[in-house]
Amino acid sequence: MNWPGLSPRRLLTADPGADRIVPPSGFTVWLTLFTAATMAFLTVFALALSLASGRLATSWGAELARASTVRISAPAGQLAAQTETALRVLDQTPGVESARALTEEEAQALLEPWFGPDLPLGQLPVPQLIEIREAASGFDAAGLRLRLQAEVPGAVLDEHARWRRPLVSAASRLRGIGWISIGLIGATMTAMVTLAAHAALSANAQVIAVLRLVGATDGYIARAFVRRFTLRTLIGAGIGTVLGLGAMLLMPEGDTSGGFLTSLRFAGWHWILPFLVPPLAATVACLATAAAARRVLGQLA
Amino acid sequence: MIELDNVAYSYGGEALFRGLSLTLAPGSFHFLTGPSGAGKTTLLKLCYGALRPTEGDLSLFGRSVTEMDRDAVAMNRRRVGVVHQDCQFLDHLPVIENVALPLVVSGQYSPEHDENLSELLTWVGLTDRAGALPAELSGGERQRAALARAVIMSPEVILADEPTGNVDWEMSQRLMRLLIELNRMGKTILIATHDLMLIRTTKAHVQARVLRLAGGGLYAAGSEL
Ligand SMILES: Nc1ncnc2c1ncn2[C@@H]1O[C@H](COP(=O)(O)OP(=O)(O)OP(=O)(O)O)[C@@H](O)[C@H]1O
Ligand SMILES: [Mg+2]
Repeated sequence: MNWPGLSPRRLLTADPGADRIVPPSGFTVWLTLFTAATMAFLTVFALALSLASGRLATSWGAELARASTVRISAPAGQLAAQTETALRVLDQTPGVESARALTEEEAQALLEPWFGPDLPLGQLPVPQLIEIREAASGFDAAGLRLRLQAEVPGAVLDEHARWRRPLVSAASRLRGIGWISIGLIGATMTAMVTLAAHAALSANAQVIAVLRLVGATDGYIARAFVRRFTLRTLIGAGIGTVLGLGAMLLMPEGDTSGGFLTSLRFAGWHWILPFLVPPLAATVACLATAAAARRVLGQLA
Repeated sequence: MIELDNVAYSYGGEALFRGLSLTLAPGSFHFLTGPSGAGKTTLLKLCYGALRPTEGDLSLFGRSVTEMDRDAVAMNRRRVGVVHQDCQFLDHLPVIENVALPLVVSGQYSPEHDENLSELLTWVGLTDRAGALPAELSGGERQRAALARAVIMSPEVILADEPTGNVDWEMSQRLMRLLIELNRMGKTILIATHDLMLIRTTKAHVQARVLRLAGGGLYAAGSEL
């Protein structure tokens, strides 16, 4: 007699002692394992998607915030006056957080890649640049353009990256969808585990009757089932997470200038997050099975 | 130990019995007879808390079942050994683990019990069937295994439903000797049986009361027993 001794098989299935009272049931084992693995795999990707689109929304948003400039080309005598007028106009424009005329050195730095370091800026009709920092709400570009036309004849409003604005909101929305997906995956897994646990408990009504006959408490019976489902979910989710991470590693390393697809990999400490998936899944399974057990044991009383 | 006071029970329709009072005093030995369908099994189920009376009061070990939750009933059941009429087992576990089950679910199992366990199996003549699955046992072997499981915890009360229904005369005598011995050790025993011969021979060895459940009431059996 080796109850509750540990044979290798029992250790592998982590079924020592009390877990043996629940008959091995091949079908629900595989159902739970498969579900947990699939859900973990999907969660890893949804997580990557959320984090990547979050990063994108942030960096594009930051770029967007300093994406606009006003360029003033005017005869040397009028340049300062026009610049002042333009700054005043910008100051009064809603949605402009700040506007600042670039200094000569900054302009030189900007032009240097094209003309070399020895450019005598003072002697050339180089336009004055005004950098606009946009508030999150953005400003009315058409309105601003009209006003500038009226008050500063030499001014041209330049919006290099304004086209990215819809992309930024798309990226934020994508991040939201990613988190919603994770929530839905979690809910689906809860439902699947609940169903599997319900099926297992109902199929074992006879076992439960015998256990009660010999004096087992509801808690003891429930624990046997909970342990089993939690463990299966943990193992399944572990497998799914590893597969998901493996797939993630096959993605090329993201670089800062790279597009969305190349930045789908986790960055920095975010690599920790997928490793939280298996324990979280196991916690969900534990709670779901406990609830199912409470219900079924109540019905069988 | 177990006290039924004016108890009625019905499975939904007409009451199976009513106005039933019975006291199982510590160390007492009772037989319960009666026609098939009279409610003997039902009465036993009341006695171990598997059913609750629809009327009247039932107290187990001094506590009314009406104030017990399921955990309390489970705890009580560890003090009562039950031999079920259809001997329920966990079909995926071998006989020896089924016999040890009460120890396991109450968290009391330890390897020191193995000696008791094999002694007990010898007593009921199942030593060489210890590793068999319940489904591989004969009807009589199942009953012996059920009896072994009922006494493994050394319970204060033993309720046995037709414990000798499927065994030959010699084996039934052996099982009764085990129960008589347990009674001499102070255990309270209630046995439901149709076997009048068994009752007669047992009464030669032990002071036993014979009750008859019939027509919805419980009576002391006639002097012929
Ligand atoms: N779960 C149940 N639901 C409905 N009716 C039941 C249930 N269990 C038993 N009965 C009915 O209650 C009556 C008494 O059954 P019980 O098993 O107590 O009889 P018994 O005296 O043990 O009979 P036997 O000597 O054949 O074992 C029977 O008519 C039976 O059909
Ligand atoms: Mg019966």
